[in-house]
Amino acid sequence: MKVLMFGWEFPPFNKGGLGTACLGLTKGLAHNDVDVTFVIPKAPRGIQAKHGHVKLMIANNVKGVGYKGHVEFEEMRTLLAPYMSEEEYLKKYAITRATGITEVDDDGDEEVYGKDMYAEIVRYANKATLIARNTEYDIIHAHDWMTYKAGIAAKSISGKPLVVHIHATEFDRGGGNGVNQKVYDIEREGFHAADKIIAVSQLTKNTVVYHYGVPEEKVQVVHNAVEFNEKEVSHESRISETDKIVLFLGRLTLQKGPDYFVEAAAKVLEKEPNTTFVIAGDGDMEHYIINKCADLDISNKVLFTGFLRGDDIDKAYSMADLYVMPSVSEPFGITPLEALRNGTPILISKQSGVSEVVSHALKCDFWDINQMANQMLAVIQYPSLQADLTENGLNEVMGFSWNTAAANCVSVYNSVLSTR
Amino acid sequence: MVGICFYFQVHQPWRMRQYSVFEVGNNSNYFDEEKNREIALKVARKCYLPMNKLLLSLIERLDGKFKISFSVTGTALDQFEEYCPEVIESFKKLAKTGCVEFLAETYYHSLSVLESKEEFKEQVTLHRKRIKDLFGVTPTVFRNTELIFNNDIAHTIEELGYKAILAEGADHILGWRSPNFLYRPHTCEKIKLLLKNYKLSDDVAFRFSNKGWEEHPLTCEKYTKWINSVNGNGDVINLFMDYETFGEHQWEDTGIFKFMEALPFEVLKHPDNYFITPSEEAEKYEVRDVLDIHNTMSWADVERDLSAWLGNRIQNNAIKELFSIEKLVKKTKDKKIIESWRRLTTSDHLYYMCTKWFADGDVHKYFNPYDSPYDSFINFMNVINDIRIRCNDILKKDTSKTAVKGTIEAKA
Repeated sequence: MKVLMFGWEFPPFNKGGLGTACLGLTKGLAHNDVDVTFVIPKAPRGIQAKHGHVKLMIANNVKGVGYKGHVEFEEMRTLLAPYMSEEEYLKKYAITRATGITEVDDDGDEEVYGKDMYAEIVRYANKATLIARNTEYDIIHAHDWMTYKAGIAAKSISGKPLVVHIHATEFDRGGGNGVNQKVYDIEREGFHAADKIIAVSQLTKNTVVYHYGVPEEKVQVVHNAVEFNEKEVSHESRISETDKIVLFLGRLTLQKGPDYFVEAAAKVLEKEPNTTFVIAGDGDMEHYIINKCADLDISNKVLFTGFLRGDDIDKAYSMADLYVMPSVSEPFGITPLEALRNGTPILISKQSGVSEVVSHALKCDFWDINQMANQMLAVIQYPSLQADLTENGLNEVMGFSWNTAAANCVSVYNSVLSTR
Repeated sequence: MVGICFYFQVHQPWRMRQYSVFEVGNNSNYFDEEKNREIALKVARKCYLPMNKLLLSLIERLDGKFKISFSVTGTALDQFEEYCPEVIESFKKLAKTGCVEFLAETYYHSLSVLESKEEFKEQVTLHRKRIKDLFGVTPTVFRNTELIFNNDIAHTIEELGYKAILAEGADHILGWRSPNFLYRPHTCEKIKLLLKNYKLSDDVAFRFSNKGWEEHPLTCEKYTKWINSVNGNGDVINLFMDYETFGEHQWEDTGIFKFMEALPFEVLKHPDNYFITPSEEAEKYEVRDVLDIHNTMSWADVERDLSAWLGNRIQNNAIKELFSIEKLVKKTKDKKIIESWRRLTTSDHLYYMCTKWFADGDVHKYFNPYDSPYDSFINFMNVINDIRIRCNDILKKDTSKTAVKGTIEAKA
């Protein structure tokens, strides 16, 4: 079976869980003997600086690691990136105009990027039809709203069926603060044009069915999983000899609940002053959170690491005594599984997809700060609890394989192909 | 001749409410009144009342030929008194028939025998008195919580003067032997060991409504045939089960009540069958062999060991922490604190912290009033901390009182 996949950057060049999921799924599909043509977005030269050249690194890494020649990459130059806001896009666009660097596409024509994010999405979709015309595949698989138009374009050119994958909806990103109508419309268009929809959790499926007018049978839940590398779990790096470490690792944005984390931290410090809270990540709430810590008078017990990638992420997990994911609305949440893999117990919000599949974890409602602090304190105070959560959690996470998730995707592909 | 012995376990724990660390030092309300009342009333309606009525009617209709035995925990009796006293009345009616034996156990259905022999003996004494006060009988046969048993426990029970003790007829202690005879633990001289026939007991208690079981549906005729086949191969058949089998674990619509109503008649059709109580067994039959039970066993789960209550770190931490304040608690002589502490010794609280098959959503989870074993543990430890603080407060007041007294006397 051959799949034309519209996805996003793999680690370590990714931001957020979308790239991680794409990598895991692609490897899993290769393991299930599925051939994938992966359309990967490539930032223009002037913009690349932060994240490095995608094609060389990724293609080399990926082709070498057990892909058995199942995966081919097609690059598409674009300014689009996951989690990007309209303002961020306009900034990047302004840079391309200012630097005056012109890039040419395969036909020798100058690349002219869309003047705003939505124009760029349409342009991306149009370019996608070129790839769609020149590639062989049985099915199209598009990850999250920015690629849906490209998926639809590919479907209309080729007549092949379209599966859209929803990792997060506008409702999750909004965190209860309302949705961007333009994005909602694109998501809805994708859901209705698709032959089948894959949602990363029951929670996400419910959102899709309830808010987008999609029939329940059209949505299949395939839970995300976690990668296992051969790296050993090490607890060498300690940042404090006396303190227990409680870790928040994620984007500092409304959806992720960093403000609840900080309020719970304040309650914990009243009872256990020998605790250090580490906040790893950046985002639009960064300044707000720093100020909040000052207001709560806990600044000296909260460390900000900024955005982490690669090995630093694993180190952060390893040195923590507890990983907390207090998300307001988390479609899935791979990071708790990564924490468990690193031998760290987890406390997760019940408003998350991952809480549907993990048993050996502490769970609470994101708004219940007392309970969050109550559970944090218990892990800090009782080594027996920390040890049991760690050991049982590690055993449990071993069962979460991308090969299984990929196999479930293949079932979805088959169900779509069989109805034709 | 084969004596069929029915033994039913009646127990309800005092379930705790969610108790956060922020309540420690501020709130001594540990138990979930509403939930405990709701459950007591529900089980009374679905099981205790209808089943007691049925058994009473069978006893009367069979004119003394039908006998049964119960062990009712103190915590259950206390809750019946508070929430549904008619249940106690129905047990009293059964007691009056003379065909119902009551066994002894720890008042609080605890694992105290493993941690504090002193507390264990106190709980046994309290329970014996309660049974005497309510039903006018003094138990002579003992069963330990969840049939937890080993050589040492056997010896302790013999010292307390009991004639017989119940235990699980586990394969690993029986070997080639059959549970349908009486035995003696090798650490004892007089006490007799009555072992549960787990196959026939669990056929009713667990498998009765399981449509996937090859023997489903279990009719009286079929079951009685199995009972009859023991004739010539055994002295007794010990059918030990949780009383909630009738109406709760096996709902009424499975036909369990109709099954039990017809069973005694069917059994008595065979002239060599008769019904017997545990103390009658001890009286009538000799032990056939000596057994060595050096590993602690129970009637729980597949393993039939202690792993349901003490299989992980948090459970072991919890029980040690609980018993570490035993002396402190008793020193206060405060009835409320002592009662609260004793309610915490109930084995169910540890059972709720079991993580064995938590991911599979198994039977442990069904009966767990908390979201997770980890939350159960956190609640439990928070409550212990509050008890400790209250004890220290009381004892501080006492020492300051005596200090003042001393000064006054000195002055005088």
